[in-house]
Amino acid sequence: MHAIPMSIAVPLNTLSAGLILICAFAMVGTRQVRGVVRFYVVQSLLLAASSFVLASAEHSIDLWALGAIAVGAKALANPWVLRKMLSRDLYARREIVQVINVPASLLVALLLAIAAELLIGPLAKASGDPVIAVNLPIGLACVLIGAYSLASRREAIPQLVGILAMENGAFFAGIGIAPDLPIIAELAIAIDVVLIVLIVGLLTRDIKRRMGITAAGTLRELKEEPLSWR
Amino acid sequence: MRLSIAYNLLQILFVLAFAPLYAGVLSRMKEIVQSKRGPSIFQPYRDLWKLFHKDEVVSSEATWIFRVTPYLVFVTPLFVTTLIPVLTNYPLAFAFMGDMLAGGFFLGLGGFFAALAAVDTGNPYGPMGASRTRMVGFLAEPVFMIVFFTVSFVAQSTIPYIVQQKWVENPASFFSPDHVLLLVAFLMLILAEGGKIPVDNPTGHFELAMIDESKGLEFSGRGAALMKWGGQMKFLVLACIFLNVLLAPWGLAHGREIGAVLTAVPWILLKILLFAIVLVVIETSLSKLRLFRISEFLGAAFIVSVSAMIVSIFVGR
Repeated sequence: MHAIPMSIAVPLNTLSAGLILICAFAMVGTRQVRGVVRFYVVQSLLLAASSFVLASAEHSIDLWALGAIAVGAKALANPWVLRKMLSRDLYARREIVQVINVPASLLVALLLAIAAELLIGPLAKASGDPVIAVNLPIGLACVLIGAYSLASRREAIPQLVGILAMENGAFFAGIGIAPDLPIIAELAIAIDVVLIVLIVGLLTRDIKRRMGITAAGTLRELKEEPLSWR
Repeated sequence: MRLSIAYNLLQILFVLAFAPLYAGVLSRMKEIVQSKRGPSIFQPYRDLWKLFHKDEVVSSEATWIFRVTPYLVFVTPLFVTTLIPVLTNYPLAFAFMGDMLAGGFFLGLGGFFAALAAVDTGNPYGPMGASRTRMVGFLAEPVFMIVFFTVSFVAQSTIPYIVQQKWVENPASFFSPDHVLLLVAFLMLILAEGGKIPVDNPTGHFELAMIDESKGLEFSGRGAALMKWGGQMKFLVLACIFLNVLLAPWGLAHGREIGAVLTAVPWILLKILLFAIVLVVIETSLSKLRLFRISEFLGAAFIVSVSAMIVSIFVGR
């Protein structure tokens, strides 16, 4: 198989970086649960594409495996687990309640992206590597935007997707700065992510069964009940 | 110099001749996607012909603004055509008279008079549509500005021909994230300015829901024809800026002889056809937004354009 020359791999990587940033904004701007999950899948696929391209250019077996993990764990396993456990909630065309409305949220996300660029842009540029110069700021921006949507959403599933989006951002920065991280570490992270989805999903299902809602923002009081509800 | 002016006139002719065809192809394709047959792609020409041969009725309340507006709406896209690369790769005679911002302001002038004329006659639906168009307009304005600031960051110029050269000479910057974000923002801007579906329904005939259409309700005869033709040309000009300057700066004429310029015509038409397919997909797969969601749509476009700018500053070259 022919390796992609670096001169083509770098622009392709930057292209997917731009699209990944758009996906992060779209996850903040979408109102429906299903739309948020869909953009998460698209972002994961872009992540995988970027790591495949870099793998081919840098002849790195680790990056091939990383891309495969991204496709398998993020684009396939996570939505599948979510759908299995929470099909009703996930596919209800319900609008997500947010603390801050969508346009203001988008502006906050923009400010976070600017902050990410300001914080890490000079450092990333100083490295002189064109991949790092793109991946590090955009990865950090995705982490911050994910953290924001985790904080501002009042529903369990979108909060979960916020965690996953943060992980995607860290992953994207990771393939830039440490392309040959031991494969075992990456595998552990990937399995962790699926486990997080599983655990949060189970918890949400339980909350739903007991309370009838999954709006995490309205759950404020601790209820002591005998475990007779099963 | 004389040749250059001739080619400029040729570009104007191109826009004049193919703007109705573009509208016809677009509506025909949309009907086909919805498994209907739809009118012929030449129907807009027939409509214009019919309207030009009808009598014009003008309200007795109307002032000179109402009479002047159709001509302004018709002429402003033609002015913009002289500034942008429609057929040729090299600057023509009037290319340095104004930059992209000037083009935007020309189109804005037409829109401004159209809104004034809608208020002018006292028809209740006109001012409603005009105020909605202004709402979309002032939300679209910052996106427009930021897009062109970003372009001027990247290309060190806002003259469309120079910007286009920048992307032809340097394919690497073509894939840069700032360029991709810029394209997305400009596409959203075209959808809003052209009254396309997530913002406005161009085929809707229900006055209360109209945004762009209701401004032209009061016009008849020649005025209606000019307004219609002007609107179609405005959309074609925006598509030309998007395609020839930003998205796909290929297929334009390089040579200075007439043959080269004429062979560019089918290529440009092909590009516009492909763009029309994308538009039809967007228009049939989305539904029209509620009026107060439009601010979210354009807010998203603004966010995308600003992130294009910051990415171009920090990540860029």
